[in-house]
Amino acid sequence: MNTIYALWLRQVKKYFRSKSRIIGSLGQPVLFLVAFGFGFGPIYQKAGGGNYIDFLAPGIILMSVLMTAMFSGIDIIWDRQFGFLKETLAAPVSRMEIVLGKTLGAATVALFQGVIVFILSMLIGFRPQSVLAIIPAFGFSFLVAILFSSLGTAIASLLEDMQGFQLIMNFLVMPIIFLSGAYFPLDGLPRGMEIVTRLNPLSYGVDGLRGALSGVYAYNPRLDFIVLAAVATILLLVGSYLFSKIQI
Amino acid sequence: MVLFYSVVSIMIFGYHYMKKRSNIISVKGLTKKFKNFIAVDGITFNVKRGELFAFLGPNGAGKSTTIKMLTTLLDPTTGDVKINNLSLKDKDAVRHSFGIVFQDPSLDDDLTAYENLYFHCLLYGIPKDIMAKRIEELLVFVELWDRRKTLVKKFSGGMKRRLEIARGLLHHPKILFLDEPTLGLDPQTRNHTWEYIRNVNKKEQMTVFFTTHYMEEAEKIADRIAIIDNGRIIAQGTSKQLKKISKTKTLEEAFLSLTGHEIREESASPLSAMRQRRMMRH
Repeated sequence: MNTIYALWLRQVKKYFRSKSRIIGSLGQPVLFLVAFGFGFGPIYQKAGGGNYIDFLAPGIILMSVLMTAMFSGIDIIWDRQFGFLKETLAAPVSRMEIVLGKTLGAATVALFQGVIVFILSMLIGFRPQSVLAIIPAFGFSFLVAILFSSLGTAIASLLEDMQGFQLIMNFLVMPIIFLSGAYFPLDGLPRGMEIVTRLNPLSYGVDGLRGALSGVYAYNPRLDFIVLAAVATILLLVGSYLFSKIQI
Repeated sequence: MVLFYSVVSIMIFGYHYMKKRSNIISVKGLTKKFKNFIAVDGITFNVKRGELFAFLGPNGAGKSTTIKMLTTLLDPTTGDVKINNLSLKDKDAVRHSFGIVFQDPSLDDDLTAYENLYFHCLLYGIPKDIMAKRIEELLVFVELWDRRKTLVKKFSGGMKRRLEIARGLLHHPKILFLDEPTLGLDPQTRNHTWEYIRNVNKKEQMTVFFTTHYMEEAEKIADRIAIIDNGRIIAQGTSKQLKKISKTKTLEEAFLSLTGHEIREESASPLSAMRQRRMMRH
């Protein structure tokens, strides 16, 4: 437990010390909220979809969570290049504990980032169905954070240079977000695209969060939870395995 | 009665003497291959408890690879290694036995000196009730107590080295591995660093295994020296013994006579050329 706590604490401390990182990572979600929210809002309303900000905000919150979580993998490459990973690997602790500590730390940071975007969304007009809805919303966001932190860890364990990691992340992040229903409703999609969105774990996160905050689910909250928990567990195990193979 | 006490005293003394002089590191035929490149080539040596043991060799000789294998960071290709009587397979127990100062800095620059040590304590399971005292003791020892709240990124190279030594000692290891501990430090800081290490060796009866390519360091500090070149141990013994077997007057001459080249010449030449030679040899 000490190891998990130590590595979690390290991630959280470093995040709160880096004001520029907190502010910088809010740029894109805020831009998307304002530009998409107000830009597509009238068309969405005319088409009978209702308030677009209410539809969009959960997607943008999860976009922020996903990006923070996935890019946290870069810490492993950073630690490998600048030496701290050696200190961790030479310590009498299991690789699984190291991955768990790092993943929980990254997930906490990503969740916090999501909370900031949630507050900003409320400032521009987003309203959840009730205050209690925030509890399951946190649950779904945290599962998404764990899932994509684990994916970031798994990919970072295979790579040694930061540029390569960033390229792969950029290649993955955008399709995952665009094909998750974060920006548009998933009903009425062509068959091929529907299959792809069904295979995308973020779709279940977006549905879970949107459903929790608005009360309307496209799938089913139980299915959302099961898929997210199952994929997060698998990726955590894969991440741990690949991390355990790192030799310095 | 007198005879009985004498026998018991001799036995106790003998036990402690034997324990003190027993091997804490035992290496037999250790080899590390990376594809067709042999970094370490069947080396055999022992290090006794409480000894200051130096691995002397040029850059790329296999010193760091050996340390990585001894500290479980790299799996050996073949060979038998015992650290504190434990097999390398028993990784966690082996990892508890040693402290390490790496060649490149391994501190977290975004944390304070105190936090770096605190995280090490958590990783090594040091009980909370003695943690603060131990951190203070070591920060005082390396003269960084006043700078405990400073972020490490604001430290000089020498201060970082001292902090790494303090970190390596936190969990009372039996062996301290130092990979080129004074590389890149100015002469004054180098002397200070060795002063700390000698003090620890004496005070805590800790075995110190260090790598270096500085002749004077190996000669001045080490009880015994192993000369490593191109992944192989060429000779080992005290500085005196090495000079005797090579029939030379200085360690530098001994190195030249035993390896056929100067240590500076190798470190100045491209590493790849040296590796090329080693690949061709096999």
